[in-house]
Amino acid sequence: MPRIKIGRKSTAIDMTAMCDVAFLLLTFFILTATARQPEPLPVDTPASTVKIKLPDTDIATLTIGQGKVFFGIPGQDIRRSLLEKMSQVYGVQFSDEEKKRFMVMESFGVPFGNLKQIIAMKGEERNKENLQPGIPTDSVGVRPSELHQWIYQARLATKELHNADMRVSIKGDSKEQYPEIKKVINILQDQNVNKFSLITSLRGEDQ
Amino acid sequence: MAELDTSGGGKKGGKVRTKKMSTRVDLTAMVDLAFLLITFFMLTTTLAKPQAMDIAMPDKDKEEQQELTIADTRTINVLLGSGNKLEWYMGSVDKQLTPPEIQGYGKNGIRKALLEKSKQVIASTGDPKKGLIVLIKPSEKSNYRNLVDILDEMKITNIQQYGISEISLPEIELLKRDGLFK
Repeated sequence: MPRIKIGRKSTAIDMTAMCDVAFLLLTFFILTATARQPEPLPVDTPASTVKIKLPDTDIATLTIGQGKVFFGIPGQDIRRSLLEKMSQVYGVQFSDEEKKRFMVMESFGVPFGNLKQIIAMKGEERNKENLQPGIPTDSVGVRPSELHQWIYQARLATKELHNADMRVSIKGDSKEQYPEIKKVINILQDQNVNKFSLITSLRGEDQ
Repeated sequence: MAELDTSGGGKKGGKVRTKKMSTRVDLTAMVDLAFLLITFFMLTTTLAKPQAMDIAMPDKDKEEQQELTIADTRTINVLLGSGNKLEWYMGSVDKQLTPPEIQGYGKNGIRKALLEKSKQVIASTGDPKKGLIVLIKPSEKSNYRNLVDILDEMKITNIQQYGISEISLPEIELLKRDGLFK
């Protein structure tokens, strides 16, 4: 009986096209991924089941941890305008060089008097732990607190440059005691910012 | 490979034929690696973005302090104390409708009470819009995680009316009595 011979086919597939697609996607994801900025005040955000993502623009972030408050706002144009406004309020002049350096600072937490020192530092030095003491949240007599001014001027700058209302988000450390948070919320409410976001991380399982 | 042919000529007048090699490379490993990296970048870009929990506080008007009167029977007070514990009761401080109860956060903690009370209140008012009102009162000894947790409970139990309010002195006394103010 003649046996039917099934011709053995090679199992090797041409992977050129697959490889092309894979690398195209890889390039895309690498380029769109935003590098995580080093933070001068690392915080551990509490988890929640909320699934709304945080917007990228026109949102100021108040980082609260270890009893300190740091202020950060995205957008280089806004940061420049913000510094100019603040220098008018407190009567401190900044050179063009200092403004340029401030434009790349994502987040900071120093009293206004020490801002020049921090600007003059290098990036890595700035982010050392316990270097920046936080923005003062206490008002001095009738003068509002510095944090109040930063938020207020940032709102003005955002409105002028982007014609948008600045949103405020609070990024607090899980272990932070409530009075510190309350202080910041009070500052926000004093300038009629009654809506703001709390930044949380995703909770895996429903506990 | 990289050798010079020094033998002085062969048959066909010195023409050396190099053997034709296949140009095909095995791409399997490369594709594996590429897809691994793709997965990594995809997951990190979408998961790294933090979540935003929106909250709205009432208008704070310094001139006119308007007190909103709300029905005691619909109100549940949640006092956030120390040690990740909370205490809750229905009604108001002077007129507590239920004895204060100490509980934890999460599925086996306050959520049961919230769901149960929420059902009861809607049943008694007969109007789904007039549900439970939750007053969240964080004490000085509670931390930020507690606040986020209880706000998260509001989202989970789908309670529409809730607010963060100031804790009063009798309520702090209550927490002290139960050892939640350390």
